[in-house]
Amino acid sequence: MSKINPQVSEASGAYVGSLPDRADWTFDDLQQYEQELARVAEHYRLDTYPNQIEMITSEQMMDAYASVGMPIGYNHWSFGKKFIQTQQTYKRGYMGLAYEIVINSNPCIAYLMEENTLTMQALVMAHACYGHNSFFKGNYLFRSWTDASSIIDYLLFARNYIARCEELYGVDEVETTLDACHALMAHGVDRYKRPQQISLKEERKRQKQRQEYLQSQVNSLWQKVAKPDQSTTQQQPRFPEQPQENLLYFIEKNSPLLQSWQREIVRIVRKMAQYFYPQKQTQVMNEGWACFWHYTLLNHLYDEGKLSDKFMLEFVHHHSNVIAQPGYNSQGYSGINPYALGFHMFSDIRRICEQPTAEDKEWFPDLAGSNWLDAVHFAMENFKDESFIGQYLSPKLMRDLKLFHIKDDATSPYIRVESIHNETGYQRIRQALSNQYNLSEIEPNIQIVDADINGDRTLTLEYVPHQKVPLHPSYQEVLKHLYYLWKFDVKLVQREESGNARIIGTCPPKIDTA
Amino acid sequence: MANFIDRRLNSKNKSMVNRQRFFRRHKNQIKRSLADSINNRQVTDLTSGQDVSIARKDLVEPVFRQGDGGTKNRVFAGNDQFAEGDKIPRPKAQAGPGSGSGNASDRGKGEDDFVFSISHDEYLNLLFDDLELPNLQKNQLDKLVEYKTVRAGYCAEGVPANIDIVKSLQGSIARRIAMTSSKRRELKACEQELTQVLATDNPDPDVVAQLQAQIDMLKERIRAVPFIDSFDLHYRNYEKQAVPTSKAVMFCLMDVSGSMVQATKDIAKRFYILLYLFLSRTYQTIDVVYIIHHTQAKEVDEQDFFYSRETGGTIVSSALELMQEIVAERYSSGDWNIYAAQASDGDNWQDDTEKCYELLKSHILPAVRFYAYIEITQDLHKSLWQRYRALANRESHFAMRRIREIEDIYPVFRDLFKKAPQGSAGVANVKD
Repeated sequence: MSKINPQVSEASGAYVGSLPDRADWTFDDLQQYEQELARVAEHYRLDTYPNQIEMITSEQMMDAYASVGMPIGYNHWSFGKKFIQTQQTYKRGYMGLAYEIVINSNPCIAYLMEENTLTMQALVMAHACYGHNSFFKGNYLFRSWTDASSIIDYLLFARNYIARCEELYGVDEVETTLDACHALMAHGVDRYKRPQQISLKEERKRQKQRQEYLQSQVNSLWQKVAKPDQSTTQQQPRFPEQPQENLLYFIEKNSPLLQSWQREIVRIVRKMAQYFYPQKQTQVMNEGWACFWHYTLLNHLYDEGKLSDKFMLEFVHHHSNVIAQPGYNSQGYSGINPYALGFHMFSDIRRICEQPTAEDKEWFPDLAGSNWLDAVHFAMENFKDESFIGQYLSPKLMRDLKLFHIKDDATSPYIRVESIHNETGYQRIRQALSNQYNLSEIEPNIQIVDADINGDRTLTLEYVPHQKVPLHPSYQEVLKHLYYLWKFDVKLVQREESGNARIIGTCPPKIDTA
Repeated sequence: MANFIDRRLNSKNKSMVNRQRFFRRHKNQIKRSLADSINNRQVTDLTSGQDVSIARKDLVEPVFRQGDGGTKNRVFAGNDQFAEGDKIPRPKAQAGPGSGSGNASDRGKGEDDFVFSISHDEYLNLLFDDLELPNLQKNQLDKLVEYKTVRAGYCAEGVPANIDIVKSLQGSIARRIAMTSSKRRELKACEQELTQVLATDNPDPDVVAQLQAQIDMLKERIRAVPFIDSFDLHYRNYEKQAVPTSKAVMFCLMDVSGSMVQATKDIAKRFYILLYLFLSRTYQTIDVVYIIHHTQAKEVDEQDFFYSRETGGTIVSSALELMQEIVAERYSSGDWNIYAAQASDGDNWQDDTEKCYELLKSHILPAVRFYAYIEITQDLHKSLWQRYRALANRESHFAMRRIREIEDIYPVFRDLFKKAPQGSAGVANVKD
């Protein structure tokens, strides 16, 4: 039945592919596309987790949104808020829903919306099931920070554990604890240490032991009676010895009065933050990689004559919408579109390999003329957004996107155009854009510098401003949450340029902050 | 190898628990928002759900993040006019290139309140959370019943009007088949025999005659089975079932004398809306009777009730008399649950107050489930309040409250209908 060679239909003169191209899809159609995509993906050495493709309705998509795409989540009001917000904006037409959501798990779960056309489903499968999936499996951050095979089990464990806590200790108490943890979630991440990976079974076994052990540890730490002896306090070693960047970890291990179940909840939230941390750092790369592959895979199939012109026209229409980069002064501008930047950068790497110009040879001597497939795989595996842009953003792309760099100094009445896409500006734009994706410059640098274990147990945090950017005033609220977890005074100081520390907030608030 | 799973038939309310948690957390804001929405409703408008708005600042989940100020470096796309070193005046109010993320559509609505709609049931549940219908429990046992006639199968006896023809004829056919079947079998056998005998070369006339006689006799006996018998008759059977009545009538009494200004009436209107919504949670059908009075009382429609202006003195008892008449005429108290709410600014003709007291005590209060008196005034209490107070101390289903400002309505309403704590003796029914 199936015809392998492309056929020219006599009436229209358009290519008719061998794969179905009607508007409505059936599971059989999807299966056919999936097999073709798998074949081509293998040709391009895309190494993926097995795919699990789930068909859902738009309502279910909103559920998935609310739980950050996670198929199982613990219950918390903030997810309900997210759901209602999504539902409202969707109903009023402010926003469309994503065509898919894909989860970094093994097997890799991809949610497809039922109302997509067949073309969209094919695009989305190429994008999610081969693009994102291979990124999850290949990129070094995901490899070292997340364990795709255990995440679903861990989510289930977390959900059950928190549900059990609600039964035992009341919904309110659990909710307050979760609120406090969520407020500190962004600072519940190990940025430099590697976590060890353990299976769920082990996790459960350890959890019990951990509870008892942790509590005993904390007890011994705090059993000391505070002695107001001036002479000895000088020699006391500082605690913690080194500043601690992972606030939640510090709380979990050292907070004196937390119940053991609360420690476990702190740990669960910390683990979630850690799991999502690589996604925050690779947004441009991840989306760019997926766009690059849906484009490449489907074009490959078209070249083989499997796809019809009708299919390709619809595909190109969607594709160009996704990777559109509006100008800074246009209505729909919302910053640099990560899909656009990422897609163009990967395409650019291929171009530099295949058709290098003199400029490329100067900027990328190693890349020019090499095997493009090796090059893109290498880039995908070994970089994150910040370093990827620093390494691969080419002058040609800066010119194409007409990038320019603006310096906004709050003390000056003007904002200044530092550099534009010209000879002198390339390096600086590249540096500035790379920094823009550097989480340590976007997220405030706050560390625990002291917990006064011999005195009144005040916890001191230090904020070191980057480029003199002050903290958002909401920190007062966050301190309250931190106070809830620590249960003794909490103090936030800001390190001034002069090196002095200035107290900018305490909880409970003190009147004599002079 | 991909695995396809069709999840479309899975339940879609995965977020339900989270949604309810959200409601629970923001109950107070939602309630406040609902109390505001009361103002824009018709008394009997029950069809719509409700939009609820919560100030966005109450929903923020705080995190440590960078604020405004300091030095920020940003890269933008689509340069069409700038050269290196250009100075651009700082765009106002965080819009345009300086802000970093000026998402037009997102920002545009970003600062508004968070508005979402809740279903009609959710609306009522939130509005009347913790409220209890006064005296419902007690009355359900003795008075709150009416009888409904329901079909209850068939019976063998009854009046001719109740004969069920189909069922009776079915019985008749069955009986006739049953009573004639053995005779028919015999008849068939005789007829066969007769044909056989007749088919022989020379049939014996005796045998033929005998067979013929037997056939005639059988036919006669079959014919003699009656077409219909009293045994066949089926009568539709009806039974009376006791059902709690679902009918309520709400009397709205209001003083429209010159001293009641429009603002006072608006306050009263809101109170009536609340009462109506509240009753509609329990009763399927609710009649609303509007009675206005100055020196005379009359029954009017909603429009006139709230917006007609009359002048003159005030005789409260006229309205009470009219209410009593209407009750006797249309709402005999066995079938109807009667609720009444009276709104007034407290003025009354001095000599009339005693009459009101007597009317309420001996005629109206025994007939109604609940009687609420609200006094909308900023001034000192007048004679009516003093006399009613004595009544409130005696009767548990008479309650009175004073409303000073519009803001008081909802709290006063809640206060009137709040659930009595276990073991206490009903609502505390007088409060200054």
